[in-house]
Amino acid sequence: MVLSRTHHISHQFDKELEDIRSKVLAMGGLVEELLSQLLEALSKTDIELAEQVAASDYKVNDMEVDIDGECTAILLRRQPAASDLRLVLAVSKIITDLERVGDEVKKVARVVTNIVASGSPRSYYVGVLGMGYHVRRMLRAALDAFARMDTQAALEVSQEDQEVDKELEAVMRQLITYMMEDPRSIRGVLDAVLAARAFERIGDHADNICENAIFLVEGKDVRHVALEDLKQQLQQGR
Amino acid sequence: MQPTIKHEPGAARDPALNTNTMTHGVDLRAIRTPDAISSGPAECLRVENLSLYYGETRALHDIQLVIPERRVTAFIGPSGCGKSTLLRCFNRMNELIQGVRIEGSIKLRGENIYDPTVNVANLRRRVGMVFQKPNPFPKSIYENVAYGLRIQGIKNRRVLDRAVEGALRDAALWDEVRDRIHESALGLSGGQQQRLVIARAIAIEPEVLLLDEPASALDPISTLKIEELVYELKQNYTIVIVTHNMQQAARVSDYTAFMYMGELIEFGETKHLFTTPKQKRTEDYITGRYG
Repeated sequence: MVLSRTHHISHQFDKELEDIRSKVLAMGGLVEELLSQLLEALSKTDIELAEQVAASDYKVNDMEVDIDGECTAILLRRQPAASDLRLVLAVSKIITDLERVGDEVKKVARVVTNIVASGSPRSYYVGVLGMGYHVRRMLRAALDAFARMDTQAALEVSQEDQEVDKELEAVMRQLITYMMEDPRSIRGVLDAVLAARAFERIGDHADNICENAIFLVEGKDVRHVALEDLKQQLQQGR
Repeated sequence: MQPTIKHEPGAARDPALNTNTMTHGVDLRAIRTPDAISSGPAECLRVENLSLYYGETRALHDIQLVIPERRVTAFIGPSGCGKSTLLRCFNRMNELIQGVRIEGSIKLRGENIYDPTVNVANLRRRVGMVFQKPNPFPKSIYENVAYGLRIQGIKNRRVLDRAVEGALRDAALWDEVRDRIHESALGLSGGQQQRLVIARAIAIEPEVLLLDEPASALDPISTLKIEELVYELKQNYTIVIVTHNMQQAARVSDYTAFMYMGELIEFGETKHLFTTPKQKRTEDYITGRYG
């Protein structure tokens, strides 16, 4: 696949594309930061921090609207083609994923408040926290892969998504045990289930970001392609 | 309809996924090189080892290309890249220019149009052409369209009437001119004149229609009408269009050929060429970069 590094005849166009690229990364950085704060709030059951995180979601939403507007303007003004078109499309999809990660973070932040209120033991959340740290690493790696246009790295993150799915299964099994042991735990455990599912979704979004990075670089739509086939396709592309 | 698709071992198993891997599943050279169209649209024109010289200058370098039947094929590229020259080869218009020498062959449905036995007037009846600037004859609208038929010796008024109306309808002009069909064609607007010229070209039912920047002298609305017309006409004709407007190529064509300095750099399905070009020069040109 060809990715041209030469400048456009229109320097303004270069600037516009660079602008959405860097804004996506800034948005990614913000979402990552909120996720980190959330994990801290969850591990320390820090209601104040959790509330702060939930209240910051609007920043992510604002960035999505802003970048989306710029994508629309570029499509309108420039009618981009080839890698330029793929960049605008990838950016437009990635910001949707990032915004949804923001929503999931907000969801879990609310849960933290419940945990403290209901006095659930920490043991409910150990596995969930592990998932949270894992998907945070994935999200960071996915954004890096996009920034560096590194399809190999993107592929590795995609692979990890399956690990997260397995973790979710294990966590769920454990949580179900708690519920069976003591029906009074159900309320608290359900919150943990919600958090676990939210983290699993964040892993999916990181995976989507990687797919868009691969689309940008290789021009291949790799959504819904089995991982093994994907690896093979990327190797053939080389 | 798709051109030849190579199913490579290990490609996505789900057939629906082949749309995703299409760019890579489709061997674009399959269309460029002879003997490769086995399924998909039938072949109409086949260009083999075509080189063209203006005196000492080589304007076309060893072009290999197959133009599919009843599809729109667009030629794009910077000025002087040879796209109009190549287009003119399809009905031997270049022979009208002094000092032109052509090597290689172009086959129209298997028949070499450069064979010495070919009747050029006959060829141009089969391969019609429309130019950048509308060039109606200083006659009535009716006579413009009937012109080619009269030359063919058709005199029957009823036959002519029907043919003129049919061609004007096909060129999406009938409703606008039905009440003044015997007035001068020079009274029409530029866009109408261009559609009239297209009507004149299709009145004699050619097999191929060559359009050399047919909309570049027209306003946006007339341009859209011409583009809409191209879309309609491809049901019945093989259309080859040269355009400077890349969005236009992306809109109207099924296949696109990118030419540069007399060479065919890349040829493929339009949707692939404009999203995932294989060659850096294509990418640079369609994205507006300098190399």
